Amino acid sequence: MLYAILCYNDEDLVWSWTKEEDDAVMGRLAVVHERLGEKLGPAARLLPTTAATTLRKSPEPIVIDGPFAETKEQLLGFYVIEVENLDAALDVARQLTAANPGGAYEIRPIALLLPDKRVSNTRLPDKRVIEQCAPEKRGP
Amino acid sequence: MTDLAWINSAIIGARPQAIGALLRYFRDLDTAEEAFQEAALRALKNWVANGPPRDPAAWLILVGRNAALDDLRKQAKHTDLPPEELISDLDDTEASLAERLDGSHYRDDVLRLLFICCHPDLPATQQIALALRIISGLSVVQIARAFLVSEAAMEQRITRAKARVATAQVPFEAPGPAERAERVGVVAAMIYLLFNEGYSAGDDAARGALCDEAIRLARLLLRLFQTEPEIMGLTALMLLQHARLPARFDAAGEGILLEDQDRKRWNSKLIAEGLALIDKAIRHNRPGPYQIQAAIAATHSRAHRAEDTDWAGIDALYAALERLQPSPVVTLNRAVATAKVHGPELQMIVPLEERLSGYFHYFGARGAFLVQLGRIAEARADFDRAIALANTPAEAAHIRRHLDRLTRSA
Repeated sequence: MLYAILCYNDEDLVWSWTKEEDDAVMGRLAVVHERLGEKLGPAARLLPTTAATTLRKSPEPIVIDGPFAETKEQLLGFYVIEVENLDAALDVARQLTAANPGGAYEIRPIALLLPDKRVSNTRLPDKRVIEQCAPEKRGP
Repeated sequence: MTDLAWINSAIIGARPQAIGALLRYFRDLDTAEEAFQEAALRALKNWVANGPPRDPAAWLILVGRNAALDDLRKQAKHTDLPPEELISDLDDTEASLAERLDGSHYRDDVLRLLFICCHPDLPATQQIALALRIISGLSVVQIARAFLVSEAAMEQRITRAKARVATAQVPFEAPGPAERAERVGVVAAMIYLLFNEGYSAGDDAARGALCDEAIRLARLLLRLFQTEPEIMGLTALMLLQHARLPARFDAAGEGILLEDQDRKRWNSKLIAEGLALIDKAIRHNRPGPYQIQAAIAATHSRAHRAEDTDWAGIDALYAALERLQPSPVVTLNRAVATAKVHGPELQMIVPLEERLSGYFHYFGARGAFLVQLGRIAEARADFDRAIALANTPAEAAHIRRHLDRLTRSA
């Protein structure tokens, strides 16, 4: 199974780390990343919410400065795109909106992107399911 | 992270919002500040024991307000003063508090607090000191160290500033759109002043921290006014300038000029954030001085080597800045950019001499123009004047290198 792990913290706190504090955290994380090896897909560090722009996916999509701040909707997915600038990113978001209206897209610049380290990214069925279905596990 | 570190950060983060709201209740800066201090003390005990509240700012406002009301009631018993004379909005119910926090009240509370700290009646040095004390919550000792004055002198400066704003009659009703825009402009100017105070401090860490504080305040202002392109521009400008800090000084603490800096040492995270904010601002198509200055800083940031700098772009940006905010310094900067593209045009800067006669960069630039035009004797005279006006040893050393080159080639 593929999982996304979403990272939450106080951005004022994290973005006021000194370079030494930041390097220390990133150094500790790098050790974990290394240990994870092929388990680790792409990882991203986002810029603060002040750098965010939101596209409301209404019939006439509206661009709003700032992060997505509503609580009625839940985070359901994300894309990573590489384009020239914010206008081009908004254009992509509008194309996606046309195919899938409703809700919103928050467009947030990525500060750091760690590439996918996995050799194979084919999805395997959960091994535990296979084990549970194996004949020797079925009763005496 | 320890719980205590989280609690500290939550209290600092909630501070502008909480003091802003308490100021609206009590209409007195000292009362609001004391109420907040009391609430913060109780938070340290209570949050450790019971876990942090869902909305730290709302908790601090509520507890702070109740503590201050208790105090005022006690005082009233001793002095027979009816508390009603000291307190406004007594009818505010606790239930409406959280709601107010989310609405425009909260935004105006913080803006009012910021605005009071940089009230036009206050001289600039008092504005910055008061903002650092009240909004950022720095101690008097910390602020005194940053301004290189004694603790007693700083204490006095802040006390005077508080006394002056107390009589300044800042209206407490929600401001209209025009007044709000004016307040935002005044606050932005104070934040940039604070930044420059830190930026000009050399590699002194205590003073350099003022830059971080200015950026933090700018982010706060930007969160309140998310659609203001000039606030995006101001934040971007400071981020892009601050990104150069690791490259601005050599091992001996001497300044290194932009063109000589090791650009690999620039902070790429801050640059990325600055560029993203300019990108956002440009979409509004409402250019302003902060956005243009940020765009100039961004142009430097995009050049991996000094010789890759897009001087034609910088020239055009200075021309735009000159139209919006004409000043002899801007014209001088434009002339320098123009010279990089088309060669020196002495007539652009000669008329500026009278107003820039005490300005190091004027004579440095004019000397460099004269060298290019082959007028060496005049160039030497200008370089000598520049050295006499240099603000730092690095500036003087830079000009001496020009003079050495002249001597060698002569």
